[in-house]
Amino acid sequence: MRFDEGFRRPEGVPRLAQAIREQAGSRTLRFMEICGTHTMAIAKAGLRPLLAPQVRLLSGPGCPVCVTPAGVIDAVLELAARPGVTLVSYGDLLRVPGSARGDTLLRRRALGADVRVAYSPLEAVEIAAREPAREVVFLGVGFETTAPGTAACVLEAAERGLKNFSLLCLLKRTFPALRALLGAPGFSVDGFLCPGHVAAVTGAEAFAFLPREYGLPAVVAGFEPADLAASCALLTKMALAGTPRLVNTYTRLVSAEGNGPALAAIGRVFRPVDSEWRGLGLLPESGYALREPFRPFDAAERFGFRPKEHAGPAGCRCGDVIRGACEPRGCPLFGKACTPVDPVGPCMVSAEGSCAASWKYGDVLPREEE
Amino acid sequence: MLDDRITLDYGSGGQKTSELIETLLVPSFQNDALSRLGDGAVLPALPSQPVFSTDSFVVSPWRFPGGNVGKLAVCGTVNDVCMAGGEPLYLSLAMVIEEGFAMESLREIVQSAAETAREAGVQIVTGDTKVVERGACDGIYLNTAGIGALRAPGLSPRAIREGDSVIVSGSAGCHGAAVMMARAGLGGGALRSDCMALHRLSAAVLACGGVRVLRDPTRGGVATTLNEFVEGSALGVELEEDAIPVDEAVETACGLLGLDPLYCACEGRLLAVTAPEQTEQALAALRALPGGEQAARIGSVTARFPGRVTLRNAFGGSRVLAKLAGAQLPRIC
Repeated sequence: MRFDEGFRRPEGVPRLAQAIREQAGSRTLRFMEICGTHTMAIAKAGLRPLLAPQVRLLSGPGCPVCVTPAGVIDAVLELAARPGVTLVSYGDLLRVPGSARGDTLLRRRALGADVRVAYSPLEAVEIAAREPAREVVFLGVGFETTAPGTAACVLEAAERGLKNFSLLCLLKRTFPALRALLGAPGFSVDGFLCPGHVAAVTGAEAFAFLPREYGLPAVVAGFEPADLAASCALLTKMALAGTPRLVNTYTRLVSAEGNGPALAAIGRVFRPVDSEWRGLGLLPESGYALREPFRPFDAAERFGFRPKEHAGPAGCRCGDVIRGACEPRGCPLFGKACTPVDPVGPCMVSAEGSCAASWKYGDVLPREEE
Repeated sequence: MLDDRITLDYGSGGQKTSELIETLLVPSFQNDALSRLGDGAVLPALPSQPVFSTDSFVVSPWRFPGGNVGKLAVCGTVNDVCMAGGEPLYLSLAMVIEEGFAMESLREIVQSAAETAREAGVQIVTGDTKVVERGACDGIYLNTAGIGALRAPGLSPRAIREGDSVIVSGSAGCHGAAVMMARAGLGGGALRSDCMALHRLSAAVLACGGVRVLRDPTRGGVATTLNEFVEGSALGVELEEDAIPVDEAVETACGLLGLDPLYCACEGRLLAVTAPEQTEQALAALRALPGGEQAARIGSVTARFPGRVTLRNAFGGSRVLAKLAGAQLPRIC
């Protein structure tokens, strides 16, 4: 039996969903997840209709592609087009348009840019070692989840003394964004489904400030239907009883204190810096930059990477969607001018974007009259 | 004596080309039409209307767990002819080879194509070889075209009726997942492509009667093929997630790579929409044949969600399976 089999095909889910709805009664509870994989998992499991209308699940800024400003994507596209540069990226980023519609890494590649897809940052280091004549740039995107692997690849490049490898560090830190969101005017939720993968690195305790400082229930959750349903049940119970706590339901992967070696690698290679988020603006200490000894590997310095400010495409409400201020279908472009085939905003491009999830897994589906 | 590497000479049309044809291709494919080495094959008249199909094969890596591009090229076109209701009879095989490609590899591919053709009861009766400069293609590209005799006229998505059953002949997504894993350097284990010729399975299903449409869910997988069935129609397909056979190895690989098995290519599965009365018989016929053991009824045709494919899971959640927007790209985290 696979380790997560019992969580994947559970008979308990409808029972839990019904219990949640009964407990909530006439109340409407709003829970937010802040992880792209949660966004997809909830949509894939079809959980929203099971919990409605008592529980509404909102998606926060959990998709690394979606929170990257359009101006940064423009600068990435420009970098990819430079002669001699090989850009190594995760697959997600290939279809993200910059401020010009249809201008993507996929298109730049068709026009001759050397853009390669990698599963692991270490592949970029291998490419640099194998092709010394190329300037190999790894596009470091993601949260605390991908930061350790990215740190490892910088350490590896340093160890091997690779002169033709650099990192374009677009990594983001979860916690400053979460605090910014909580401080935003008009922001209100009844609890957080905390990201299991981030917590696997940072430790569950890193989310303890949610109940402590904000009085909000927080549950560190895994990604199978039973994980999500059980976590929602706990959130509901705590929210209704007014007893906010941090609970870790993803104990098969997440410890209280996190992954020591991963945290050490992050700390050794990166320091926190202010960073620009789509929809949230410039947030203090919300990004990572290379520490002094690793600055020679900084692609931004090596190539004079200077993203211009750009508001993003007209009419696109990705910024609001990322904050949970607008549901995907609330955007006037959703499903009309903006579809996964011809996306306008990043939330429709990324496999983990709220709009893509909503389109693909069909919040478009009419509610059944049964 | 063939060289150990393909050089431009092998595509020149001269001495080396003849040598390749005479020492590797003709002996491998051995049939009268090919042995005459004309500019084209002259074939006997067909017993019924001709079915004609073509496909190109550029898979990377060319060898993958469960097959190689030679086997794939034969299966691909054989299957297309079968899905169109034809009995596949003759194939052409054209090869575009990159300079420097290993002769041993070419031999492996050709022998695999020959063996697969023999098993599928088709003859490779004409072909072509081109060699391009190093870097102009990725190792080897194949094209096959196939001719068959029409056995089941009228197969079409337009023939689908409300209440019909949707059946699949085996587990979904094996080929796509196996190739993606091989590409990511994560091969090994139980994961193998499902690449196989569907001539027996399709003949068995058609013999049961009541078949509305047949399709092999290659690119875009089961989800995309079913969308093609109902696109723009007043009917939709409702699938039961738990009824869809997905190998554990495929599910695990897809979880790792961030893919969805229902969107991963199959190369040896058929999807059929059949009249409800013939469904059980069709399933029994499939299950009795090699490669059809896991055949299952995975859903039905409904008028509730016109033009859409929906999936209902074991605990009552349901979602839309849209057509794939583009190639599946791995996700970040």
